[in-house]
Amino acid sequence: MTSTTHAAPRRKRSLAEISRAPSESRGTWKTYLLLTIVLLVSAFPIYWMFVIASSTEEAVSKVPPSVIPGAQLLANLREVFTLQNVYFTASLINSFIVASVVTASVLFFCSLAGFAFAKLRFKGRNALMVVVILTLTVPNQLGVVALYILMGKLGWNGTLLAVIAPGLVTAFGVFYMRQFIMHAVPDELVESARMDGALTLRVYWSIVLPAIRPALAVLGLLTFVATWNDFQWPLITLNGTEFPTSMVALSDLASGNYVIYRRVLAGAFAATVPLLVLLLIGGRQIVRGIMEGALK
Amino acid sequence: MTLTRTAPPRSVARPDPPKQRAWLYRFDTKRAPYLLIAPFFLFFAVFGLFPIIFNGIVALRNWRLDDPDKDGWAGFANFEKLLTDTDFWNALGNTFGIFLLSTIPQLLLALMIANLLNRKLRGTTFWRIGVLLPYVTPAAASTLLFSVFFARDNGMANWLLSLVGFGQENPLDWRADKWSSWIAIATMVNWKWIGYNALLYLSAMQSIPKDVYEAAAVDGAGPQRQLWQITVPMIQPVVIFTVVLSTIGGLQLFNEPMLFDSNPTSASGGSDGQFQTIAQLIYQVGWKNLNLGYAAAMSWALFLIILIVAGLNALLTNRLGGGRR
Repeated sequence: MTSTTHAAPRRKRSLAEISRAPSESRGTWKTYLLLTIVLLVSAFPIYWMFVIASSTEEAVSKVPPSVIPGAQLLANLREVFTLQNVYFTASLINSFIVASVVTASVLFFCSLAGFAFAKLRFKGRNALMVVVILTLTVPNQLGVVALYILMGKLGWNGTLLAVIAPGLVTAFGVFYMRQFIMHAVPDELVESARMDGALTLRVYWSIVLPAIRPALAVLGLLTFVATWNDFQWPLITLNGTEFPTSMVALSDLASGNYVIYRRVLAGAFAATVPLLVLLLIGGRQIVRGIMEGALK
Repeated sequence: MTLTRTAPPRSVARPDPPKQRAWLYRFDTKRAPYLLIAPFFLFFAVFGLFPIIFNGIVALRNWRLDDPDKDGWAGFANFEKLLTDTDFWNALGNTFGIFLLSTIPQLLLALMIANLLNRKLRGTTFWRIGVLLPYVTPAAASTLLFSVFFARDNGMANWLLSLVGFGQENPLDWRADKWSSWIAIATMVNWKWIGYNALLYLSAMQSIPKDVYEAAAVDGAGPQRQLWQITVPMIQPVVIFTVVLSTIGGLQLFNEPMLFDSNPTSASGGSDGQFQTIAQLIYQVGWKNLNLGYAAAMSWALFLIILIVAGLNALLTNRLGGGRR
């Protein structure tokens, strides 16, 4: 690569060039080089997971470490899936059930509440919204002991219900939906529909829902990823049962006196793939969701 | 706001008797908003708020899973026990150690990466999605991979160290000491969250008005000074936001130390608790030692600590950034 700009002394930057905001200036080869390094560091552990998942046990402990995939992926996966007392196959299905139900519920209930807070007038609206915002910051992980006792009283410990119930709604979801609906749905539209005699649910169904599809996609993806990856609470309530989520099954896989790495990482890889697929399909939306969240 | 969607919704006026219709309409206007928000508040109250409050009651009682008969009020006994519990103080130290090692590099690197992403780039979306790979990877899965990376025998970390001449005959046992296990765990946490925070910063950077930079360039600020003297102060609210977020998350750290252990389900955080965090200790006390009352007291203590530290950090970040307000 021949680069003439390289030789130019730094001083010679014109005023116009400096005065440009960073977002207005083009990325140089250095920018791309650094970003490529960032990308490699981000991707390497996942790639290496795949390498070990497809290797024989000897290849795993080779020095220097092998970074080329082996041919054992299917054999290793089959071993994980058929392992006694880990219930790995079932755990993937369980994770799908839990994450899907939680996502659907969050989308429905949070968009309902978000719509009410954004577009409807009612007594106590502002005070209740403040409550939602305050609950945003409460780490509900801290209630696990009492949650366990509560689930015990309900008889739900050790079942998927115990994992699904605490995830049914999130304060973030309500907040996010409210912000989006405020801007995406014009007041006039809601009002004219009301004039025509449309009831609130009707307005929600035929005006709000079609307008907030992008926000539903974003919130849905973020919720699915977070629920799939949840570990502490599922471990507490599901450990030792026949209904683990995939994260709980992974911890079982990695426990014991003799840990077989190719098997553990085949499991880890299998539990990661669904999310990689989601990132591939909905990456744009996930990026948007995170970036919009920052501005709130 | 201009009204772009002009098609009126299908009229739903049906030939109802006007009186009944009017009643329904009035009822709908008055009550429907509450019905819409009710599910959220109901679920949240039962599964979110109630456990946290009930936790306070459990903390004041004897509550053992193995001995349900031995209950009754314990007063502040559980909290008093905390003060002299060496396990608790050890876990607190570990939690803060790992927290510092993970938060500071995490946010600094995120800032640098955001600054890289905040250019005119080819493939903008590609880079942004790329930095999110660690974010979507389950911490449980990546930690198991990092366990191999930081293995004493034949681990890649030790192999890299040996390339630069360290520990060839005596390979480093990363799990054995506080400092090394903290570094290993902090590495995993950093890996997972840098990209996510970078996007938060990037989003804030893009909303900085462009003329701010023009004004500063007249004073002769180069790109490096631009970052620290213009960009960072301008995105200060988001910086505070990320500091608070990482405080809340970091002080509750569970997944990484849990699965880094050579025997994960023991929750002991290493052979001698050298990397046991408070969240892990709560799990151990509650579900291995079956003492829920004491675990609840620990949760409350952790809650208080998080409140205080998050508040202090927000204040500190505000001060460092010039302390407007």
